[in-house]
Amino acid sequence: MKVTFPHMGNLDIPLKALLEGIGLEVIVPPKISRKTLNIGVQNSPEYACLPLKINIGNFVEAKELGADTILMAGGVGPCRFGYYASVQKEILKDMGCNYEMVVLEPPDTHYSELIKKINHLKKSTSWWQLYKSLKLAWQKACAIDQIEQTVQEIRPLERERKADKIFKKSLHDLDLAKSKNDIVDITTTAQHDLRDIELKSNSRVPRIAIVGEIYTVLEPYVNHNLEQELGRLGAQVHRSLYLSQWINDHLFMGKLTVPGSIGNGHNVENSYIRSFVGGHGRETVSSTIQYAEHQFDGVIQLAPFTCMPEIVAHSIMPTVSANVGIPTMTIYLDEQSGEAGLKTRLEAFVDLVWRQKNKMGAESSSELLPGN
Amino acid sequence: MKKPRVGIPRALMYYYYYPQWKCFLEELGAEVIVSPKTNKQIVNAGVLSAIDEACLPVKLYYGHVEWLKDKVDYIFIPRVISIERKEYICPKFMGLPDMIRANVSELPHIIDASLDLSKQEKQLHGFVREVGKHFTNNGFKIAMAWRKAQKKQREFLQMVVAKKIPPHEMIEYLEDREPRVLTAQNNQLTIALLGHGYNIYDEYISMNIVKKLRDMNIKVVFPDVLSSEVIDVEAAKLPKRMFWTFGKKNLGGAMHYLNKNENIDGMVHIASFGCGPDSLVGELIYRKARDGEMPILNLTIDEHTGEAGIVTRLEAFIDMLIRRRVVAQ
Repeated sequence: MKVTFPHMGNLDIPLKALLEGIGLEVIVPPKISRKTLNIGVQNSPEYACLPLKINIGNFVEAKELGADTILMAGGVGPCRFGYYASVQKEILKDMGCNYEMVVLEPPDTHYSELIKKINHLKKSTSWWQLYKSLKLAWQKACAIDQIEQTVQEIRPLERERKADKIFKKSLHDLDLAKSKNDIVDITTTAQHDLRDIELKSNSRVPRIAIVGEIYTVLEPYVNHNLEQELGRLGAQVHRSLYLSQWINDHLFMGKLTVPGSIGNGHNVENSYIRSFVGGHGRETVSSTIQYAEHQFDGVIQLAPFTCMPEIVAHSIMPTVSANVGIPTMTIYLDEQSGEAGLKTRLEAFVDLVWRQKNKMGAESSSELLPGN
Repeated sequence: MKKPRVGIPRALMYYYYYPQWKCFLEELGAEVIVSPKTNKQIVNAGVLSAIDEACLPVKLYYGHVEWLKDKVDYIFIPRVISIERKEYICPKFMGLPDMIRANVSELPHIIDASLDLSKQEKQLHGFVREVGKHFTNNGFKIAMAWRKAQKKQREFLQMVVAKKIPPHEMIEYLEDREPRVLTAQNNQLTIALLGHGYNIYDEYISMNIVKKLRDMNIKVVFPDVLSSEVIDVEAAKLPKRMFWTFGKKNLGGAMHYLNKNENIDGMVHIASFGCGPDSLVGELIYRKARDGEMPILNLTIDEHTGEAGIVTRLEAFIDMLIRRRVVAQ
């Protein structure tokens, strides 16, 4: 059994650790590229949301590398993601791309369904081994998020662009790490290298939070490296969603502590959306309120075009923005999104946020420009 | 004492629950006002107040609320989370009162009780109580009003299934109390019209497609006239349980109409642009139709759709069906 799974940000690193830990052969699909997108768009229903299309591209490209089993998450509604696997199975069948699909989802009738699936995957590997692999995967996810948060802090301030190179290298090392000690070493080295980067003296940088639908928030290919772009424009970025936090919420019922989860939208009085609306729709609004409380300077909401939960949130964002006093911008992404258009909007938004931040205390207009 | 006026927007769940809601509210002592059939003015008002990315039926809902807002004391906008166990409608229905509150100004009081039967039937009592308490504190009166409303709804649904008349015509029939001749004559073709009720029954959204087809001497059948047992039997054949109620209805209905003895000549599926569930359910319907060698026409509509374009495609599709039948004979 050669297992593959769809990409989502850096999910491949912890997931690979987990699956290899229980004795499976893992084939990570090639990084998402124009080709991946094209394969997906050509073979998926036109009005499906973007993640479904890119998943298809991932699966086809992994097949070329010899994968024969797909591990996919599922769901029970109301978000479309819950039905992805069923539709994708049909599409792949039509394409002559034969796969076995293992869908992990909340059980419909009884927990034994889920346990059967896990047993099918882990074969004779012990539960103890599964626990150990899970722990390693979790440590990797936490390490990635810790390093990334430092990178997000440094990006707008560094004189030369070094932080992303260090981040890339540590991702590579973390992928190869075999034990907790390795992970700790890599994290320490990365943090050390990052702190050594020479910074600009200007410490007044605007802080912008990214909220919205998980796939578009976590996958840089889909959001056109939005975070790096914002960093280049002189803004510090924080996300409402980090992988470790998401795993914690969904797998460990939020029992563990995770690095820097200030905008996760938990424990916020949200009178704007009074019910769960699927996906991260409600959290998008809750996080925005939370970021305003934490004195952030702006919020950007990301979602795939036609995403239902985020449309509900988007309807409410202008009201929230006016009430809690934080500028917001909503960006929908699909296969038609162009990088130039996105850059223009980001520049305009950062300009606006800068001007708001510096409204009081600015001596001359040149001080208002970013990057000085 | 003057009766409180309660507005019900003629959109979304109106097509499925109007008899029940109307009876319930009237029994509680309210005067029910329904917005008129969708017109250009309502569409424009809706498009203006809703965000661009919302789907056409949701924009129309906004338009109907805009029409009602200065004519009534209350607007009835229930938060319909789930109407069947372990199923949902759509995230936008779950956030509907919140969206309306955020985007429509100068609203009257909104009755936004939550209806969530996904986990337990018991929640229904909560919904009933919450709506009722706007009008009376008398629990007995509320319970009696609800009983009567439920009876009305049962009769309504039974008549839809028994007489094979789609809900919107049944509502008109029940309102008018005029016997209408809705029985089909000698029709040349039979078409199954699939789609969400609030799209195909709204004459403005669907460009009156039902009438257009009937004028071409075609018999039109709908998934809504099938009993829930029939739908459930078909839906049970799916490899994964369908968790959207309307998705289940359409997919199950399509699967049922694929049976040879239903004598369906073709299917027309209407979806609104950007409809989340339909982007996947439509794909599955299309595949089932293809495997069953059933001709299918997919029409995607939004506020920019032109009638001429729809008519051309419909006529071409019908011509094709007629030729197909001639060849088969």
